[in-house]
Amino acid sequence: MPRRKSDVAGSHAEFKSRDAHADEHLRISIDDSARTPTVFYFATAVGWLVVGTIAGVITSLKFNLPDFLGDIPALTFGRIRPVHLNTVMYGWASLAGAGMIVWLTARLCRVPLQWGWLQYLAAIFWNLGVLAGTVAILTGYSQGLEWLEFPTFAGALIAGGFLLFAASIVQTFRKRNVEHLYVSLWYIMASLLWFPVLYVVANLGIYQGVVEAAMNWWYGHNALATWFTPIGLAGAYYFIPKVIGRPIYSYYLGLLGFWAFALFYNWNGIHHLVGGPLPTWLVTVSIVASVMMVVPVMAVAVNHHMTTVNHFRMLRFSPTLRFVVFGSMCYTAVSFQGSLESIRSIQEVAHFTHYTIGHAHLGVYGFLTMILFGAMYYIIPRLAKWEWPYPGLIKVHFWSTAIGIAVYVTALSIGGWFQGIEMNDPSIPFLDVVRNTQPYLWARSASGVLILVGHLIFAYQFFVVIKRAGPRRFAPALFREPAPLEPATTEEQRP
Amino acid sequence: MMFVRSFVFFLGVLATVFFGWAALVGIPDAMISEIPPPEDLPRYTDVQLFGRKIYIREGCLYCHSQQVRPEGFGSDDDRFWGRPSVPGDYVYDKPHLLGTMRTGPDLMNIGVRQPSVDWHLIHLYNPRLVSPGSIMPPYPWLFNEKPSAGPNERVLTLPDSIAPKGNVVVATEEATALTEYLLSLNRSYPVRQ
Repeated sequence: MPRRKSDVAGSHAEFKSRDAHADEHLRISIDDSARTPTVFYFATAVGWLVVGTIAGVITSLKFNLPDFLGDIPALTFGRIRPVHLNTVMYGWASLAGAGMIVWLTARLCRVPLQWGWLQYLAAIFWNLGVLAGTVAILTGYSQGLEWLEFPTFAGALIAGGFLLFAASIVQTFRKRNVEHLYVSLWYIMASLLWFPVLYVVANLGIYQGVVEAAMNWWYGHNALATWFTPIGLAGAYYFIPKVIGRPIYSYYLGLLGFWAFALFYNWNGIHHLVGGPLPTWLVTVSIVASVMMVVPVMAVAVNHHMTTVNHFRMLRFSPTLRFVVFGSMCYTAVSFQGSLESIRSIQEVAHFTHYTIGHAHLGVYGFLTMILFGAMYYIIPRLAKWEWPYPGLIKVHFWSTAIGIAVYVTALSIGGWFQGIEMNDPSIPFLDVVRNTQPYLWARSASGVLILVGHLIFAYQFFVVIKRAGPRRFAPALFREPAPLEPATTEEQRP
Repeated sequence: MMFVRSFVFFLGVLATVFFGWAALVGIPDAMISEIPPPEDLPRYTDVQLFGRKIYIREGCLYCHSQQVRPEGFGSDDDRFWGRPSVPGDYVYDKPHLLGTMRTGPDLMNIGVRQPSVDWHLIHLYNPRLVSPGSIMPPYPWLFNEKPSAGPNERVLTLPDSIAPKGNVVVATEEATALTEYLLSLNRSYPVRQ
């Protein structure tokens, strides 16, 4: 960690070095060392993204047309829904996050990836785990705990993969060639400690009854706290200053944000059981911690906003920046929403409804997934040594997913809120409540299809660029070409 | 110096996750595991446990909660879903099935609310036959079509428009076990709140 304020510049420091030429060589050797593992993680992640999105669209359509694919046991709602969650979380987001972490850790430690061969094993174990778990759910062998549906053998493959992945990252960290640790590294290193503890304890299966429910939501919310959110924040902290080309606004805000995050987020989970058969103090503790999340969220939001301010113009050009800034804004929004949502009077309406589903997607999609897209748009050309061939398709990808998630969250927030109000009014028959959600659920299905189209376009271009096919470009793919007299954006500063 | 700082960092990070576990899982476990099971709560029979497995396999928990909220918090009481649930109601539940979604109604006391085996079987075969407007999925694979029913088999009474020509629809062991489990969901015995 920095001793002086001047070396706060984190991502900036890479360019300020005495010998720019040696720096360039170092970056090339780092990228060479991370190339195959990162591309492998990314490629399999994109595969799971497509599978998971298709599962999501099928799930959504079953709300509208309950007899759709109704006589295929593997595709019944209660199996395809957990398949959607598990493939997008443990397949897409985790593997894409792992790929980003491999490259980012090496870059931030200014040393080539260590023990890179472990990453191949890790990625294979992890993918086999997700595959085995998915097949298990489809064939009826779910564990029956939300977020923990995968049977033990699949969970063990994932945990083993994670430990191999973490070993190589920790070794890279130990061989680091930097005096200070940039903010992104704190989140990455913390998640490597947190997530295995969490995942293993949750999979032991040592609890029963309502305590198991408490454990279930301690895990369910902490999977976000200890793994998925750190991935997103590490990405946002790196790419926003990097693309804009100026240091992060405040190191101290970063520090405050990190420790407040670590302290409060771990205590949030039981707000999933407000009104449930658990001791009141326990639920209250979680609500208090959820509201306290305002502190780390404000710290991150102010830090990123003050870094970006006066540079919003660049969102018109840089795909990476546009995806990542969109993701950061969603992080602020979803976190404030979550703090409010945990309060009892809001939970009385929102709990048990589609409102919660909208909230979950604003977080995991609007925030995390959009940042991962931004990270991939930045990292892949450097590893493949091939620019994205079709900037127009990036534009389509951005707008289909951005509009898609906006419609998704709006529809479910409104529809879910009405659903909750109607459910709390006993004079309205239950089936009328169900019927009244239909227009919103149709809107959700439509937004899901739009998102799926965006993902297919992204997957297509991803595999084109990996194969180094398509028209060859000699400058980064931007949304539009900057006017001739404008200064070039820093995104072109690449080896 | 660098070593000390890293050490403090890792220690602090581990402490945060440990305290979270202790507060949200460890201490509640110590408190709740002391609670004796309610006297009037029977253990699940083998058939009910088999039915419970089908409930998990088909993912019923993603639309049906099994927890009744207290009076004055939602309308569970007015919808006749039962008295507020207490930790003792769940002592035999593994995995727990509290659920987080009410796309369909709460099932904590479905055995009291709807005690008819025939209703449940037809509802599982095609929910819209007995519950028009329902968006619950059908579970035809829990049933068999055959020319005539065996000695102990339960035949579904279906309207002519649905019934297969020349065949009868009988419930499999899975369907009857699931129904047994649903009928066992009865937490109407009195408890101290």
